[in-house]
Amino acid sequence: MQTRRIPVASILFYLAMFVYVAVVLGILLTVVLNSVSKGWYSGALPPFLTPEWYVYVAGEHDILNLLFVTFVVAVSVVGVSIIVAFPAAYALSRREFRGKAFLLSLFLLPMIVPPMTYGIPLAMMLYKVHLAARIIGVILSNLVPIVPFVILILMPFIEQVGVNLESAAKMLGARRLTVFRKILVPLTLPGILTAGILSIVRTISMFELTYLVAGGKSQTIVVALYADAYAAGARPPQAVDALAVIYFLTTMVCLVVALRFVSPTQMVFRIK
Amino acid sequence: MAKGFRGGTFLLLLPATTFVALLFVYPFIYGLILSFTDASGAITLGNFTHFFGDWWERRTIGVTLGISLPATLINVALAIPFAYYMRHGTRGEKVVTFFLIIPLTLGTVLVSEGMLTFMGPAGWLNQLIMLLGISPKPLRFTHNYTGVLLSLVIQGFPFAFLMILGYVSGINPDLEKASQMLGASKLQTFVRVLFPLMAPGIAICFCLNFVMAFSVFPSAVLLGEPSGPTRVIAYAAYQWAFEKFDFNMASAISMTMAAIELVVISIVLVWRNSIYRGASMVGKG
Repeated sequence: MQTRRIPVASILFYLAMFVYVAVVLGILLTVVLNSVSKGWYSGALPPFLTPEWYVYVAGEHDILNLLFVTFVVAVSVVGVSIIVAFPAAYALSRREFRGKAFLLSLFLLPMIVPPMTYGIPLAMMLYKVHLAARIIGVILSNLVPIVPFVILILMPFIEQVGVNLESAAKMLGARRLTVFRKILVPLTLPGILTAGILSIVRTISMFELTYLVAGGKSQTIVVALYADAYAAGARPPQAVDALAVIYFLTTMVCLVVALRFVSPTQMVFRIK
Repeated sequence: MAKGFRGGTFLLLLPATTFVALLFVYPFIYGLILSFTDASGAITLGNFTHFFGDWWERRTIGVTLGISLPATLINVALAIPFAYYMRHGTRGEKVVTFFLIIPLTLGTVLVSEGMLTFMGPAGWLNQLIMLLGISPKPLRFTHNYTGVLLSLVIQGFPFAFLMILGYVSGINPDLEKASQMLGASKLQTFVRVLFPLMAPGIAICFCLNFVMAFSVFPSAVLLGEPSGPTRVIAYAAYQWAFEKFDFNMASAISMTMAAIELVVISIVLVWRNSIYRGASMVGKG
């Protein structure tokens, strides 16, 4: 092999990545183009462009309400999860106590058990106490996988903060709340941001749990999109794609914001 | 060393534990009870005998495994070489990871909806296939098994890739250098050094990817044939709960689903432990 070696590995790598990127772009571009097309039955590009499907979707759906519900659900889920998860993550990473391993695996379970398994009885339970088909029900069921998710993200960040800093603050007379406010929160802020952003992205695209409890007025965009796509034939496909574009834009805004703070490898959670 | 349960620790853990107990453990136990009772509340195995006795219901297990196992295997098998290649970073890394993260973020519903148009009979993919003369007629990628499998690969591959990349780039690069200095070839280094170190990560990645593929139903409904060949078990559970309003039967199906998943995960973890022990012995020798 003294002659020039052909970089087979690089060629294969970039070829495969090219194919993958082409497929993803193809999927997204057809959705966008189809949503503004008219009479696109064949050919590479639509013969006419029209905004009418967006007008149609706006007439069929209360778009503002969909966006509002999605926003309220995502923000509440993230807010509640961080408030609930932070103390737990602190206890789990700082204190030693009996049953710690058990508690850790309990927090892991909601991320491993299929959403349908606990989602169906959870939905029934929420219907019984009249919380389902309301925004609060959607928030509650979305909290199930997100609270453990936030705990797992926060734990390594809290472990990084030196115990000495806390002890020093206490010795200098700071009360617990002051230690929390002046030491813990500022030093774990990157972790809180990471957890918050990743949870928002996950909540917006969380389909199954929302689908099981959402009613007409408490739908998020992704559920409305599924319902429209499922009832293919009830609506023109271009109108379904118009709603898909609205969903796509919402998610992409969050993703672009997210990537300013976290790296893509952090988007998939890691368990040791 | 366990120090005993102090009051402060208890208070810190109380909110999260209450949440998980109320919204996860309680529904889970409730579902378990529902699956072993009938509509009147009497204890019975009837739901399970009905599910396993009815060919139409029983086959959802085979259908779901037949989609999710190949999809997971493809994803993990593809992710390992790609993550290996990118372990020290590469040109265009940012662009590549950005496009990988998009389908993950968008979720199954949008990917399925997009695939319907892009891979449909008149979509760009079939236009290209006919232009290149690969096939004179449009190929069928949607409303069948292929469509569901493809959607699981499009979504699952980036997940597996990014996860394994996280594990590989965490391996100390000195180990690789040492192995090569001792005369091992690239293949030997991979098989004897890197792969055993990656194995625990690969096992976890396989499990999580399988969980995603096994429990997903939007793509099986939108891209497949939910009335038959791709009627997955999650969709069967949904239909019993919200179309036939038989929550006992629905719970029995979803519990069966969790049990099957548990079996697959245990098999993978047993494999992981056997590999891992082997690796530590190589390290000592």
